[in-house]
Order: sequence, then C-alpha cells, then structure tokens
Amino acid sequence: MSHKSAAAIQEEAVCLLNELNGGKAVLKVKERQKIPAQDMPVQDPEERSHNMQEVALGYSYEQARVEAMRCLQCAKKNCMEGCPVKIDIPRFIAHIAKGEIDKAVAAIKETSLLPAVCGRVCPQEKQCQLHCVLGKSLKDIGSSVGIGRLERFVADWERTNNTIAIPEVKPFTGKKVAVVGSGPAGLVVAADCRREGHHVTLFEAFHKLGGVLRYGIPEFRLPNEIIDKEIDTLTAMGVEIKTNFVVGRTRKLTDLIDKDGYDAVFVGTGAGLPIFMGIEGENLVGVFSANEYLTRINLMKGFDRNAETPVYPTTHTVVLGAGNVAMDAARMAKRMGAEKVTVVYRRTEHEMPARKEEILHAKEEGIEFMLLCNAKRILGNERSAVNAIECLRYELGEPDHSGRRSPVAVPGSEFVLEADAVIVAVGNGSNPLISHTTPQLDVNKKGNIRVDQHQQTSMQKIFAGGDIVLGAATVILAMGEGRRAAASINTMLSATESQS
Amino acid sequence: MNRIIYKERLSQDVFMMRIHAPLIAGERQAGQFIILQTDDDLGERIPLTIADADTNEGSITIIFQVVGKTTKELSAFNVGDELPALVGPLGKPTHIKNYGRVVCVCGGIGVAPMHPIAQAFKKAGNHVTIIAGARTKELLILENEMASIADEFIICTDDGSYGRKALVTQPLKELCEQDPKPDLVIAIGPPVMMKFCAETTRPFKVYTQVSLNTIMVDGTGMCGGCRVNVGNEVKFVCVDGPEFDGHLVDFDNMITRLNAYRDIERTHYKCFVEKSFNSQPQTQLV
Repeated sequence: MSHKSAAAIQEEAVCLLNELNGGKAVLKVKERQKIPAQDMPVQDPEERSHNMQEVALGYSYEQARVEAMRCLQCAKKNCMEGCPVKIDIPRFIAHIAKGEIDKAVAAIKETSLLPAVCGRVCPQEKQCQLHCVLGKSLKDIGSSVGIGRLERFVADWERTNNTIAIPEVKPFTGKKVAVVGSGPAGLVVAADCRREGHHVTLFEAFHKLGGVLRYGIPEFRLPNEIIDKEIDTLTAMGVEIKTNFVVGRTRKLTDLIDKDGYDAVFVGTGAGLPIFMGIEGENLVGVFSANEYLTRINLMKGFDRNAETPVYPTTHTVVLGAGNVAMDAARMAKRMGAEKVTVVYRRTEHEMPARKEEILHAKEEGIEFMLLCNAKRILGNERSAVNAIECLRYELGEPDHSGRRSPVAVPGSEFVLEADAVIVAVGNGSNPLISHTTPQLDVNKKGNIRVDQHQQTSMQKIFAGGDIVLGAATVILAMGEGRRAAASINTMLSATESQS
Repeated sequence: MNRIIYKERLSQDVFMMRIHAPLIAGERQAGQFIILQTDDDLGERIPLTIADADTNEGSITIIFQVVGKTTKELSAFNVGDELPALVGPLGKPTHIKNYGRVVCVCGGIGVAPMHPIAQAFKKAGNHVTIIAGARTKELLILENEMASIADEFIICTDDGSYGRKALVTQPLKELCEQDPKPDLVIAIGPPVMMKFCAETTRPFKVYTQVSLNTIMVDGTGMCGGCRVNVGNEVKFVCVDGPEFDGHLVDFDNMITRLNAYRDIERTHYKCFVEKSFNSQPQTQLV
C-alpha cells in the first residue's frame, strides 16, 4: 500500500487553497463538489506499527480550510440529526472555511464538551457523515465532508494555541453532586453540574482519571495528553477529584446521600465486565480479555520499559472479535512486538462493528483477518500455555434480529492455527459492583441500570448514564447521556433550591 | 493520605504496617482486601488482604512478605511516608455465622489474612481451632494474637523447630477423624497448601473454604485476569471472591496462571535488587 506523506498532502492543500482564492471566493455547489476530499495525514504504517504515537496526525490549517469549503452549507442540516449531542455542524465548518477557528471552537463547545476526543473516536461514518448531502450527491459516504477530522482540528488548534477557555462557573449554590466514574459520561456530568455552581466530586476507582478513555483506548488513537487537558479544565473549574475510591465498597452509594450530604449522584461506571466465549482452554496462560491486555499497556503503561506491570510476550497473537476494541488490541499486540497478529471473526468484513478507519489502519499495519471463522477451543502445551487455537469455518445464513446475516458453522471444517496468545474481544457486560452493593437499584436482566427519559434511576436523587445504562456503546452516546443526566440534576437542584 | 503510622519487621522478609485509611477501616469486613501501589505512575497494583483494622485510629493493618519488586519497595516505606495509591476494601466479605466448630488453617503469611476471620468466627460464637504452619519457628507470625483467639491452637513447622514437626494437613486430618468433625474448615496460605487442605477434607465431606490471591489488575471485575475455574463456572476472584468452596476450585489451573509472569517478575526483581545494591556503596562514599 502506498503511503502519502504529510508533507505531500500539505503541499497539495496549500495549492488548492490558493486556487480557491484563499477562501474568499463564493463557491457554487458544483465547485464545492469538485474540491477533492482531504486525506488524513497518517504516520507511515511500517513505522507506526512499532511506536505508540498517534497514527492520524490531524489536518493542517490549510487542509482544514479546504475540507471545510467542501461543505454545501445545506439549509436543512441533516448532519446534525446524526450527531448525538447535536453540534451545529454547518456553522462550525463555515467558520473554519473563513479561517475563524476561534469561532468554530465556540460553536462546537456550545454542545460538545470533549471535541478533541470525539473528533478522534466517534464513528462519524455511522453518524453525522452518514447524513452528509455532499457524500450522498457523490454517491459515497467516504466522500462526505470530514466532519470528525474538522472537529479534531478545531479542538487541537485550541489546545496547541493554549486558548482553552475555562468555562464560567456560577456562584456556589450550596448543593453537592457526586459523579461516580470518570469516563466520558462522568466527565460531562461533572462539567455541566459544576457550571451551574454546584460542588462536584468526581470519584474514580483507578489511580488515574478518564475511565475507558484512559485504560481502553490506546495512546496511538487517543493520546493521554488530551485526556489530561480535559481533566485540567475540570480541576480549574473547581471539580473535586477522588481517585482510588470505589463507590459501593469504599463508601456505599446510599451513604453518599445519607451520610456525606450529596444532593444528587450520577452513576457512570461503564461496561467494565469482560465477556468470555465460554470455550475450552479459555483459562490457559496467554488468554486475556481485551480489557486486561489494554489496561496493562494503557493505564499501567506496559509500553514503558520502566513500568512494573508485566505484559505477556507473544509472537503470534490471535484476537477474537472485530469491534473497535478488537482492532485496538490487535494493533497494540503488533506494537508490543508480536510478529504476527490475526483477527478471527465469524462474519465478513461488511458486518464488522469496528469503524472503517480502524479496520483500514489495522490492515495497513499488517494485521491479518481470518473471516468467516470462529474459535472452537484454545489448545495449550505441557505448561498450560496457549500454543494453538482450533477454529471452525462459518458461512452466512439468514439475517438475525440485528439485521446482520447470522453466521452458521460448517460442520467438520475445523482447522488449527498456531498462536501463543489469544485476546478475547467479544464485548463487555455491565460492571456489577454498584448493583451488587446497592440491591435497591433497579437493573435489567443484563445488569444495566434502568433509567427514565431524564436518566433518573429507580432511586431518588440517583441518576445514571453511559455504558452502565446502554451496555457497551460509544463515547459520544455516553456523553449524550451525561448531558441529559446533568440537565436533569441541575433542574432538580434548582427546584429544591427555590423551595428552600 | 495513606500515611504509615506503624511499621514492624515480623521476620526476615515479613513486615507489618498500620496505614491511616479511615474510610477503608470503617467499611472493611473480615476477608476483604486492598490494592496498593508504591508508585502511581509506573508501579503495579498488588492485592493484599487486610489483617486488621482500628476504627478509632482510622487505620488498617497489612502484613506482607517481600517476594518481588513492589513488596521490596513497600518494605522500604517508613513511618510517616504515604502510599501513593491505596484502594479498598475489595472483594466479598467472609460469610460469618455460628457454624459450631470452625478450623482455621493458615500457612506462612496466610496467618495475616486469617487473623480477622478467626476473630470474627470467634465473636460469632464458634469453637475456633487454629492450625498455623511455618517452614521454621522464626517465620511464624502473629503467634500471640492467634493464641488469644483460639480455643485450640496447633503450631506446625516443617523442620520441627517449634510445635509439631508436621504439615498443616496432618492435624487437619486428625480433626476430621474426630467426632464431632469440624463444621467448617477455612484455609488460607500458599496455593499448594490450600489445595492439599481441600484434598484432606474432601473424603470427610467437610465444607472447606479457601481464600484465593490471584493476579489482579483493577480488582473491580474489569479485567478478568483473576479468573479461576470453580466447579463448572469461571469466577472472578476480585468480585465473586476471594473466598470459594475449596473442593470446587481448580487449583492446578490457578497455580499455572499465577506463574504466568514469573520470569518477567524475577528479572524485574533482580534488576531492582542489583541496582539498589550497586547504589549503596556510592551513597556511603558521599
């Protein structure tokens, strides 16, 4: 695969911007349609598969402006419909086209708190970019305006220019809000409730904040520096932070209200319960949940030679599953020194839940895909360490309830694949810690906390959102839930305020 | 936060510390554990059982043996120092009730986690027999504390330097042969010891609980690194345990999994010890 260097991409963008008269020309729809979609400059695949630095380098100023000029500025903003937090997409893009990056920042921040994160990890091709009229007119979703990339550009511009504004905080209301879990949902609730003037305490079980953004999503896709900046903003706003604090264990959920005087609690503890396949050999040495594998390397810094948390050395790693987490694990294994990494998935590429871009990046980095195959059992050597995996071939049958054609095993098609590590990335259930220690809390069969349309749980003053409610979903959906929960909490608290 | 208020060396490699952690001290129950780090950036997270707690002082007691780099580093912390990270109490507490005759079998450092459990069983009205085993007399810890709880106290050493020259399974077997036999056996210690305790009681059908200490990362059910086979099920030690029915635990698999990183850990430890050793003469020169 040929790799286009960032410099070459930039050169073209500078020429294009000149041709477009520095952005001053008023463009017709046809002219906009003709502007070539701007490629995301990325690190060379061979090079990056041996380092931990971010793969996508981000648009340059010129590239961002050229890409922004592709936006048709539709009167009916279809793209906004695809955005879970309803960013005014055409407006922020219009600002970029004019070179008013500061105004673009302001427009995004009206509704989205973490654009640097969302611009990187949102599945845009299934959200905003799916509805883009330009993409539709060109009959290719891949040619939609690069909304996510533009969002990232704007957020990075703000961060690198040190212009991150600390949101204004209203005078102290005398009310206290506890936020349990510092993942995407929790971060949003903390900011939104603090802005209203409530005292906010953010509780985190780990020693570092960020939840899945920290322990799950790798540095090469979401640098820790970005999470740190977001947290700096919260600290500057006066959010109190308590790490190494497991609500449910260190303090019961109800005690936060009954004994510690919190007026509202938001539970955003995520979907941290790895699902295993339930096949023979899954407890052999060298079999990991993707959570464990990624946590050892991301949160516990397994990639750093000075870090103490050991990472299992492997030469051929097999990853089971094909979602974003599976792609992260596979690409991480490569970076940690595996000579060969194979993703085993029982459907075809078309059904893979991972973002297209992640699949493409994985392929570029030399990750192999064995499709229409599934693990039957994992085999071990005399020391009970993985040495192979037995797979079965599959074919696609009738569509199932999810609309995807369901895979059917081909009898007698077993074959053995040599491997010395297996990473299971077939999904996460809801973490049961809160529900086990708070039996009054209403949860569904899967253990997800039940909430109403205001994110209110079955218990008074207790709200929930994100993956603990949704099951394993996306960062942006979690943020959307956080937004809604914070609004409900703020409404509830202002009502009690006026009563008192 | 997490200030060390007392430190004592119990034997060559075993240390006791009381740490100021009022919230954990207030919530903890017998059988629960904590996870700590000696460095909250690059350090690893290690689980240790809570040996005791004092709610007045707001402290918890941990007892640990130096086996690797983190425990070595921990042993270098002194009174007044603060632990960078300490979280807990984790795991399900021991189910305490009046069973009747309870036998607590503990080996080596396992005496430490057994202490609060034996205490709680005694308080619940049980007749408590404690069997404490050590390689040699010098390595036996908490003798007085355990003696003050036990209705019957049996000490075993491998070399016969103190108490009976026997493995803990020997008096355990004798107790099972007696009438009435124990209503509950609880065993805490090295995995092999727990395995053989379970094998000893199996023919007598005496319910035997074991407290497992597996490899963990988060300790809240998130990583699954601590999983063990219990009967036909896969259980997470951190949230489903740490205590399980010893007759159902697949000890062989657990022991193999515990050794997954042995070589890497040995290298880390060796490098660390050599580095500290090499740096010592230099500081003396200065």
